[in-house]
Amino acid sequence: MIAALVARLAQMLLVMFGISIVAFLIFFATPGADPSARIAGRNASQETLRQVRHDFGLDRPLPVQYALMMKRLFISRDLTSFVNRGQKVIPTVMRAIPITLSLVGGAAVLWVLGGLVVGVVAGATRGSAIDRTLMILSLIGISMPVFWLGEVANLLTQSRWHDTWVFSWVPALGYVPLTVDPWGWFKALVIPWFTLATLYVGLYGRVLRANLIETMQEDFVRTARAKGIGEARVLLNHGLRTSLVAFVTMFGLDFGALVGGGALLTEVVFGLQGVGKLTYDALQTLDLPMILANVIYASFFVVMANFVVDILHVVIDPRARDA
Amino acid sequence: METPRLNETTSSSAAMTDDTTPPGQPTPRRHRATEGPWATAWRRLKRDHAALCAFAVFVAIVLASASAPLYATYVSRTNPFDTNLNGEIVIDGEVRQVLEPSTEGLGLGLTPIGPTWRFGPYALGADNQGRDVAARLLYGGRNSLLIAGVAAVICLVLAILVGVVAGFFGGVVDMVLSRVLDVLWAFPIFLLAISLSIVLIARSVRIGPIEIRSGSLWLPIFIIGIVFVPYVARPIRGHVLILMKSEFVLAAIGLGASPLRILARDILPNIVTRVVVFVPLILALNMLIESALSFLSIGVQPPDASWGTIIQDGQGLLYSRPMVALAPGIAIVITVIALNILGDGVRDALDPKSSIRVV
Repeated sequence: MIAALVARLAQMLLVMFGISIVAFLIFFATPGADPSARIAGRNASQETLRQVRHDFGLDRPLPVQYALMMKRLFISRDLTSFVNRGQKVIPTVMRAIPITLSLVGGAAVLWVLGGLVVGVVAGATRGSAIDRTLMILSLIGISMPVFWLGEVANLLTQSRWHDTWVFSWVPALGYVPLTVDPWGWFKALVIPWFTLATLYVGLYGRVLRANLIETMQEDFVRTARAKGIGEARVLLNHGLRTSLVAFVTMFGLDFGALVGGGALLTEVVFGLQGVGKLTYDALQTLDLPMILANVIYASFFVVMANFVVDILHVVIDPRARDA
Repeated sequence: METPRLNETTSSSAAMTDDTTPPGQPTPRRHRATEGPWATAWRRLKRDHAALCAFAVFVAIVLASASAPLYATYVSRTNPFDTNLNGEIVIDGEVRQVLEPSTEGLGLGLTPIGPTWRFGPYALGADNQGRDVAARLLYGGRNSLLIAGVAAVICLVLAILVGVVAGFFGGVVDMVLSRVLDVLWAFPIFLLAISLSIVLIARSVRIGPIEIRSGSLWLPIFIIGIVFVPYVARPIRGHVLILMKSEFVLAAIGLGASPLRILARDILPNIVTRVVVFVPLILALNMLIESALSFLSIGVQPPDASWGTIIQDGQGLLYSRPMVALAPGIAIVITVIALNILGDGVRDALDPKSSIRVV
C-alpha cells in the first residue's frame, strides 16, 4: 500500500516535470515570443537586445535556461516577471490562489449537491413529469455559455433588480478575503458560485441519472429488492453507490481543471483576480516566468485531483481495491 | 410472422403449412430485405418528435444566418461592419440619432439607440459604434455556425484517422497514438484552446506554403477542430479494436482479404454510425468554445462578428443597453439546446447502448 502510494507520488512528480518542460518548449517554439525583444522594448538597438539577453540568461542553452528558471522558482523563490519588471512570480500566484479556491470550492459544493439531487430524483422518477422537467432544465444548464450566464446574473443583481429587496444585498463586483470579512466573502461569491455551478449541475445530473437507471437494472439490485429491502434504501445504498464511480471521476477532473485556471471566464465576468485571469494575462503578454509558475501550479491540482479520485474510487467500489 | 422459425421450416411442419395454402400451389414466401442500420435509425428518429423539432429549429437558425446579407441590404439598410457614429433614423416621424447623448448617470458620453422592436433598421438597437445589432447577430451567426461546422468536420476526420489507424494497426502505432490521446485527454480542453488561441491569434502563422493571416477565420477553426479530437478518437479506437476481433473480420482475414479491403468493407462502414452520433454533440461544443474564445477576443477578430464577439461588445453596454449582450447569448443557448436534443435523439436512434460523455 505504502509502496503503491510512493510510486504514485513519483509518477505525479514526473507528470508535472513533463508538463513544465512542454510549456517551456512550446514557449520558445512560438513565433514572435522572443522575450528579450519584449523586455528591451520597441525599437531597441542590437546592443541593447544582446545586453538584455545576457542579463536574463536568454543566450544560454535551453536546458540551462530551464534549470535556472526552475531553480529561481523553487529554490531561491525570487523569479520575477519578464513583463512587469520587479513583480515577483510566487507572491502574485499566492495572492490569486485563495480567490480561485474560494470560487471553485463553493461552486463545487453546490454542483455536487445539485447534481446528486437532480440525478437521484430524475432517476428515481424516470419517465414522470418531474424527470422530464429536471432533464429539460439540465439541458438548458449545459447549453448556456458560462460567461453569458454571468453577464445576465450581473445585469439582474447589479442593475435591474438591485434596488429591490431580492438582490439589494449583492455587493459590487470583486473579491473580499475570507479572513477579513467572512460574511462579505460569502455575499461576494454567492452569485459567481451559482453561475459556475449551473453547467455542472446539469452535466452531473444527466450522467448520474443515466448511470442510476442502468445500475437499477442489474442483478444485485433485483436481489436486494427480493430480500425485502425498501425501495429508498435500494436506491441510495445499492444503486447510488455503484453509480457514483463515474460521478466521482468526473468531479476530480473538473475540479482539478477549474482550480487550475479553467474558471477563467467566470473570473473575468465577475472581476475576480484569480489564477485563471492571471494565466490569461500572462499568456497575452507572453510572460514566460508567470506562465511557467501557473502551468506548474495548475498541473499540480490536476494531478492531485486525479490522485484523490483514485483513492475515492477504491473507497466507493471495493472491486477496485485489488488493482 | 413473415419469417418462419427454423424448426417450422423443417419437414415436420409440412402438415401445418397445408392448412393455410392450397395443395399444389407453391408456398407464398414474402422475402423482405433485412432493415439496414440507417433505416432503423431513421424509423426511430421519426418517432422522436423532440429531436425533429430541434432539427427544424437548427435548420431555421442556419437559414436565418445564411440570409444575413439580405437582411443587411433590405431590412437594416446599414453596413453592419462600418461604424455609424453620426447616423440618424426616423422612428414614428421623429428623427433620432443612433448614438444619443446619455441620460443616465452623469449624462456624459453617448448611449447607442435601444431596440426599436420593428422590422426595420435597429430592430435590436445599435452597439457602441452605431452598428445594427440585429444585422450583426445574423452575420455573427454565420461565422459561429461556419466555424463550428468546419471545425467539426476537421475534428471528425482527424479522429477517424487517428482512431482507425491506432485500432487497425495496433502495436507500436497504437501505443504511441494512445499515449498522445491520453495526455490530451487529461489536459483541460478549454485551457488548451485558450492557450493555443492566445499564442497564435494575433500573429500570422506559416505552415509550409500556406500562410494564415492573423484575423483569418481559419485559426479558430483549426484550434477548435483539434481540441476535441481525443474525445472522438478514443471511442473509435476502442470500437475498431472490438471489430478487429469480430468473426466477420477474422473470416475476411481467413479468406485472404487485403488490409485495405477489410478497412473499406468491414471496419469503416461499422464506424460511421458511431461517428454520426458525435456530429451534433461536437457541433454544440464547438459553438460554446467558439463563443468563449471570441468573448475573450481570441477567436473571431473585429470587424468580423460572431456571437461571442457581440456579447463582448455588449459587455460595456450591459446596464444601459442589455439587448446587445442578451440577444447573441439567447441565440447561442437556443442553437446549443437544439443541437443537444438532436444529439440525444440521434444517439438513441443509432446507438442506444452507448454512453458518451463529452465536455
